Amino acid sequence: MTTQDPTSTPADRSRDSDGRRISGVEIELTDVVKRYSGQKTPAVHSLSLTVPAGEVVMFIGPSGCGKTTSLKMINRLIEPTSGTITIDGQDIRGRDADELRRTIGYVIQGGSLFPHMTVADNIAVVPKLLKWSKQKTAERTEELLDLVGLDAGKYRDRYPRELSGGQQQRVGVARGLAADPPVVLMDEPFGAVDPITRQRLQDEMLGIQRELGKTIVCVTHDIDEAIKLGDRILIFSEGARIEQYDTPENILAAPANDFVADFVGAGSTLKQLSLARVNELQLGEWTTAQLGDDAADAVRRAEAAGQDCVVVLDDRKRPIAWPWLRRLRSQTRIDVPRREELVTLDRRATLNDALDTMLSSSHAAAIVTGDRDEYLGVVDFESVTQHIRAQEASAVEAQEARS
Amino acid sequence: MSVETHPPTAAPPDPDTPEDRDGTAPRGWLARKGVGRETVTMLVVPPLLVALTFIGFVVWRQTAELDSVEANQLQWGTLRRLLLEHLQLTAVAAVIVVVISIPLGIALTRGGIKRAAPLVIGIANAGQAAPSVGLIVLLFLWLGGGFWTAIIGLSLYGILPVLRNTITGIQAVDPTLVEAARGVGMTSTETLRKIELPLAVPVIMAGVRTSLVLIAGTASLACFIDAGGLGEVLQTGITLFRFSLMVTGALLIALLALLIEWIGRLLELAYRPKGV
Repeated sequence: MTTQDPTSTPADRSRDSDGRRISGVEIELTDVVKRYSGQKTPAVHSLSLTVPAGEVVMFIGPSGCGKTTSLKMINRLIEPTSGTITIDGQDIRGRDADELRRTIGYVIQGGSLFPHMTVADNIAVVPKLLKWSKQKTAERTEELLDLVGLDAGKYRDRYPRELSGGQQQRVGVARGLAADPPVVLMDEPFGAVDPITRQRLQDEMLGIQRELGKTIVCVTHDIDEAIKLGDRILIFSEGARIEQYDTPENILAAPANDFVADFVGAGSTLKQLSLARVNELQLGEWTTAQLGDDAADAVRRAEAAGQDCVVVLDDRKRPIAWPWLRRLRSQTRIDVPRREELVTLDRRATLNDALDTMLSSSHAAAIVTGDRDEYLGVVDFESVTQHIRAQEASAVEAQEARS
Repeated sequence: MSVETHPPTAAPPDPDTPEDRDGTAPRGWLARKGVGRETVTMLVVPPLLVALTFIGFVVWRQTAELDSVEANQLQWGTLRRLLLEHLQLTAVAAVIVVVISIPLGIALTRGGIKRAAPLVIGIANAGQAAPSVGLIVLLFLWLGGGFWTAIIGLSLYGILPVLRNTITGIQAVDPTLVEAARGVGMTSTETLRKIELPLAVPVIMAGVRTSLVLIAGTASLACFIDAGGLGEVLQTGITLFRFSLMVTGALLIALLALLIEWIGRLLELAYRPKGV
């Protein structure tokens, strides 16, 4: 973008200051109140906020604080008692609720897939409601399965119960994105899967969001998830009152009040681990070998580098195993079974995730992968602690410079 | 030489892997539909039992020495006519039951009418508790005898299981799935048609099966009001005190009920949505 016309057109709006593509639109809530009959205090007490186009806003707060109610009012699953909500400047009450929802992605905990429909049919639900042609729907389904990292040929015709929890959640995300909605609402999307899978899904979601630039509102109860995924975090207290609405950095650095400070947690310096990403670190070099390579040669190279194990890659440069040298010594050609439990780290993962992964592996280090799981390098405990110390030092310096 | 052997995968075998095709075709097909061993037994044993017993009956009928009353009543032509009448009563009543109860059951899970569901179920329960002979005789006194009076009685009797199962089946659908359906933009009707009904079908079909068996059994009372059916053999046997007729009547009715129950199970299996 070289020229900026003062009258902003949709084409201008499609990229932000970093040149990132934005397909999302702004959401604005003004004095929104939700009062349930028979309850003294309103569930949502005069909520006003703006969700900027193309940003991820995380709603977080204690249970029963009204965060889910606030979310569901945006797609009219719950009708507000008073106040207005606009999406891209249009009042949502001006539109038929069912039609409105077809233009808003909706992703729910566990995926909530329809058990009697195949993966493809689940994803095609909204395109079918919008009466897309068969061919367009089928193409879109392939595209989305690819986007969420599932092999279309293998999974298209499966039923949800034939998938793992993480795979179901991926399909749930694909279903939410099916009709390319500018706004996506997520209700604890990764709450029902194990920590390692959750971390993977979060990394993938960051990757997808980088590509698509949707406006995403996501409810979570996990502060680390909020810090990791959110461009902004909205911290609610009882009655959906806003305690603080700011970037993760600012919330961690300057909590607005005690409620926020308590909520974010005492170890805020440690929480900074959720802000730094693995790709900010200098990745370590490691001896790699391909499946079928000469084992003795790989052992020699590893010994020369002073390492006691070798990263084995497949023909697409994806790491498949991390065997110790003593195992390779008994082989002539490298032949290791694909280890399902080999946990790798996406380069978008946070340092928090990196430490988690290291703790659960036997190597005190973790393999980092990039796009399409391609091998990038290895991050070890040493480099993470060094990064933390460097950060602390620069924080102290900044403070001294200010005083 | 390869040192390592690949360990067997822990993941469930792909439906398209060869191991799956090794089994006999029907077993593979049933297994893929998620049918347990018990269900398979229930599908195979009853028709065999019915067939064996019926062959036994035919042998007895052809070889036994019968007096004129017995021989007259047990003529193959007569038995066939009574069986057809019985089947006709059962089929017509079952169709009426399905046509009335399923839409009524659906309606009773929608919007404001939902609150009437316990009341309607209560009435249907009370109707079910009334003795079937009593119901049929009352209808006879009111409407006179004949085929349609019997049909009304049988239909009233068969409504409850289908109605109750339609309501429970729809109510048992996971509410988060219904909310997911509404959340992605299905209208209330689309949600019913595409999500709630397909998922409730197994429960509804179980109700239909119960109803079919109930109707087939109760249809033996139709002979009291001149509507025919296999009950006639039994009734003649009782009035003329012919033991062979009583046993024949009871046996044929029981075999028919077993066979109908079996057909009901087949229907249940055929209508079960895939993936559930």
